[in-house]
Amino acid sequence: MSAERAAPSLRWLEALVLPLANLVLALLLSGLIIRLIGESPLAAFRLMLSGAFGSQEALGYTLYYATNFIFTGLAVAVAFHAGLFNIGAEGQAYIGGLGAGLVCLGLGSLPFWLVAPLAIVAAALFGAGWALVPAWLQARRGSHIVITTIMFNFLASALMTWLLVNILIKPGQQSPETREFAPGTWLPSAHDLLARIGLSFAPSPLNLAFALAIAASALVWLVIWRTRWGYALRVAGKNAAAARYAGISPARVTIAAMLLSGALAGGLGLNELMGAEHRILLDFPGGAGFVGIAVALMGRNNPVGIVISAILFGALYQGGSELSFDMPHVNRDTVVVIQGLVILFCGALENVLKRPLSRLWSR
Amino acid sequence: MRIILLFLLSAACALAEGIKPAIVYDFGGKFDRSFNQSASEGVARFTRETGIAFRDFEVTNATQRVQVMRQFARHGYNFIVAVGFSQASAVEQVAPEFPDVRFVIIDGNVDLPNVESVNFREQESSFLCGMAAALSSKTGKIGFVGGMDIPLIRKFALGYEAGARHVNPKIEVFENMTGSTPSAWNDPTRGAELAKSQFGRGADVVFHAAGGTGMGVMQAAQDAGLLSIGCDSNQDYIHPGSVLTSALKRVDVAVYRAATAARNGSWVHGHVTFGLAEDGVGYSLDEYNRAILTPAIEKRLEDAKRDIVAGRVAVPEYRE
Amino acid sequence: MNKGETALELRGIDKRFGAVHANRAVSFSVRRGTIHGLIGENGAGKSTLMNIVYGFHPADAGELLVDGRAVAIRSPQDAIAAGIGMVHQHFMLVPNFTVLENLILGAEGGWRLAAGRAKARAAMERIEREHGLSVPLDAVVEDLPVGIQQRVEILKALNRGAEILILDEPTAVLTPQETSQLFELLRRLRDQGRTIILVTHKLKEIMAVTDNVTVMRQGAVVAGVATAATSPQALADEMVGRAVSLEVAKGPAAPGVPLLSVRDLAVRDRKGVPRVKGVSFEVRAGEIVGIAGVAGNGQSELLEAIAGLVEPERGEISVSGRPVNGLDPRERRALGLAHIPEDRLRMGVVAAFPARDNAILGYHDRAGYNRGPFTRPARISGDCARKMSDWDVRPPAPGLRMSLFSGGNQQKLVLAREIDSNPVVLLIGQPTRGVDIGAIEFIHRRLVALRDAGKALLLVSVELDEILGLADRILVMAGGEIVGELSAAEASEEKLGLMMAGIGKAAHG
Repeated sequence: MSAERAAPSLRWLEALVLPLANLVLALLLSGLIIRLIGESPLAAFRLMLSGAFGSQEALGYTLYYATNFIFTGLAVAVAFHAGLFNIGAEGQAYIGGLGAGLVCLGLGSLPFWLVAPLAIVAAALFGAGWALVPAWLQARRGSHIVITTIMFNFLASALMTWLLVNILIKPGQQSPETREFAPGTWLPSAHDLLARIGLSFAPSPLNLAFALAIAASALVWLVIWRTRWGYALRVAGKNAAAARYAGISPARVTIAAMLLSGALAGGLGLNELMGAEHRILLDFPGGAGFVGIAVALMGRNNPVGIVISAILFGALYQGGSELSFDMPHVNRDTVVVIQGLVILFCGALENVLKRPLSRLWSR
Repeated sequence: MRIILLFLLSAACALAEGIKPAIVYDFGGKFDRSFNQSASEGVARFTRETGIAFRDFEVTNATQRVQVMRQFARHGYNFIVAVGFSQASAVEQVAPEFPDVRFVIIDGNVDLPNVESVNFREQESSFLCGMAAALSSKTGKIGFVGGMDIPLIRKFALGYEAGARHVNPKIEVFENMTGSTPSAWNDPTRGAELAKSQFGRGADVVFHAAGGTGMGVMQAAQDAGLLSIGCDSNQDYIHPGSVLTSALKRVDVAVYRAATAARNGSWVHGHVTFGLAEDGVGYSLDEYNRAILTPAIEKRLEDAKRDIVAGRVAVPEYRE
Repeated sequence: MNKGETALELRGIDKRFGAVHANRAVSFSVRRGTIHGLIGENGAGKSTLMNIVYGFHPADAGELLVDGRAVAIRSPQDAIAAGIGMVHQHFMLVPNFTVLENLILGAEGGWRLAAGRAKARAAMERIEREHGLSVPLDAVVEDLPVGIQQRVEILKALNRGAEILILDEPTAVLTPQETSQLFELLRRLRDQGRTIILVTHKLKEIMAVTDNVTVMRQGAVVAGVATAATSPQALADEMVGRAVSLEVAKGPAAPGVPLLSVRDLAVRDRKGVPRVKGVSFEVRAGEIVGIAGVAGNGQSELLEAIAGLVEPERGEISVSGRPVNGLDPRERRALGLAHIPEDRLRMGVVAAFPARDNAILGYHDRAGYNRGPFTRPARISGDCARKMSDWDVRPPAPGLRMSLFSGGNQQKLVLAREIDSNPVVLLIGQPTRGVDIGAIEFIHRRLVALRDAGKALLLVSVELDEILGLADRILVMAGGEIVGELSAAEASEEKLGLMMAGIGKAAHG
């Protein structure tokens, strides 16, 4: 009977044991590959672990990468709760960063406390704006959002290349990048922030955007689970017919959810541009929009889960980078394969282990 | 006391080993059969001749550039080559933190006392290739396939077109860019499509400046029985008899020269530009293209080369 | 093969899912060449038991004997090999395949489809001849009516050599006509020596078609008798575990002012097919108006148009004298129009949500549940707990996911939600579909109480018994029109049946 799934232990199993088991499986397979390459898997994993968490600098880089993934993971999750698969976080982050960057370039003379909020708003607005067209097409015309958001990723990169090469480029320079933002617009680094309260933390790109990402996670949790608007969003996402029955317009929810999703993706621009690069450059999202899909899947679209899995992916990036730095036989492609395996097992094959595990459990 | 001892020890080591070199490749990776690979060939030659090995790293995201340069510097690497214009800002950031480390940025400009900026006058080699294309074209129409619409590629395009017009003022030049994402440098399928469409419009020679994408361009020319022009490395051998010539950009020479200078203690910071005069750029002529790059064409190219070096012919340069 | 008297015997089958004891030492045997009924309320353990027999779940204890021999059934393949076939409540067909393709699915016979197809066609034609069971082999499944789809499922089982055929709630999706056709087929199969196990919660079906019946309650067998030796009342009492009343007890109606009025309402579906063709009627305070009709004759569209879910082509709808045309469901709700949708799972609840979130669906933006932009979880939960105890929803756990409640309890929560809002007009579609007897009795009493409180109720049901038992006035719909009206006193199943079929059309009063 249907009561078979009532056991609360199963939910716990789904939320915790399953992702962990998937992770272990992915790492086992990665270990096999490292073995085949001729390195010791154990040493490699130790290297990755210490490379990701072993020092303040390592931790700084890990959390810095995680910041991007939190923003994009949240973006994917919010859309997902509304039943929409937003593949466009990459492009939304790109354009969102443009918004933040334009504010920093144009209003760089303003004091930080004024320019930072403006830049945050601009990043959100630009990101949301970029999500609006696919959202509108889905809501009013039924054009599939997966297709349109993918197309908008390409449009975003075409637009940004054009802008950076023709308009925003710093004159007399080869590289399509803008001039550096005025230092007054930079998001303070963790190093500086902690120094102000007397704590020492090694320099790294980790910056205030991490705190913003955590705040955004809390906000998303609050909006999705503690407001009537979030309720409407979840109803529309789970059962469109029930939404119409309840007087909720699925079309309106689609548009609103995508706006929020795009705004969250725009947060990546704050971390990358205002926090680390201090200029607008080509392709700064660097695929984080797509990693966000895996992060959201693995985090089960729950902000707490997303923060945890974003840190895991941050560790994979940072630890992987250390790995390819220190192990001569492990090149960057091997690291990409390891990252790919984790995404495959934790994201795409998420439910493969579900049955055997729950069977084991009910024994 | 201990510190002084350590200092002396490390100084002694440095003297004994000469330099401890490292190189940071950009997104393309060191086997891109083009720009990065050319740099790695310079590294290989240096290692072969001196027995000194480079440590290397291929970046996968923008943040790693700064991170890796710092890590190399911290691990005692005192000569670091950064390949590609995207790395300029990273060098700008890291170089001041390690004043004792010598940096080389290829395709970029960084004004710091411990950085050597190496640039190439790609327009000059492109000019010669444009001439070769115009001289070989029977239709009076030629093509250009770039990777991404960025200043570097515009430099190539501008020189190419000027060279073609130098020979035939009425020539028609089709220009296409592959894309706007990093995959534009590694999309041979798209490269082939673009080349085919240019052939369809009447072009019979096509020049690529598109990294891995160029493989598709050259393949399409071979399939259509028409001509292509390679880029960065000598690519004549890839389709003998179909690759008219290659616009050489001797990144290998630049890397080898800088490393050797650093080893001999003659390395200086500042800006270096390689053009025809320095043999840093050029066109290729070997057994693979001898049959199609006729002596008549060769003579025209050599004349032009002399004129450019002597300043009698001005090659337009892209300025943003 | 040794063909004994007993086709299937279950001995001490026991199964637990976590804390739930789904089957408690179940033993009974099924005689060859009979139709054996297995009856019990939702949650009594019937489906679990049959899923064990069919190899979906392993039993914790007990054994299974087929033709007197113990068999180990660990998967549906084992079950099929043992000659057991099953037709599920939710069909397991590929909707965009043809009937033939579905029939050979999983038994293609080699990589060349054509060969398997030809063989299957011949086999099918033989089975068709033997059983008089005809299906259009080349039609695409999704284009077929559910009754035919079900036949395809039965054919599939027979094609794989099923001697024992299990049907799980086969009539839930069928019209009365399709149901009687199904029963005819089952009788024919029985007469040819096959054994049939009919799992149902409907007493009428047990009485109509089975030879023997086993009653289950709370996971255990509580009775096993020859059908001829029992009565619906006795079975119902056994199922529920106490004396239940099958009749709806209600006094005469005292209708007051019209609260819902519909004038010349016409509705086209999304494809532009006219579904409701100019219908007019009123529902007054203190009366239950029933709409009878074979499913698919416009009742659903009528209900949805009144609720505001579909835009009518023309016509006027008013609630307490106020026109509601153009208002969305939320605005209509605010005017006192509540709606219990026909398809609970599709529309009435969000199965993945906990009960408390379902208890506010449609009312989620009312002041009591919100403070500023934020919801009030404690308030919502408490409110749900109150509704649950009011309506005897079991288990009374507001945090439990909706899909984990039985159909009857889901329905009770939907009714609680809609009636708790104190509506003026209540639209009710299939109030007891998939609901157990004990709960049906309860729901019917509450609906009558609502009528007696002066509300206007519009009831759509395919269960004629229900219409006859509850409604004070009955409108019969056929082909999108109201073809007749009867008062409760003059209505009978025969009269309604004739009208529904479009015969004996009475003047619309």
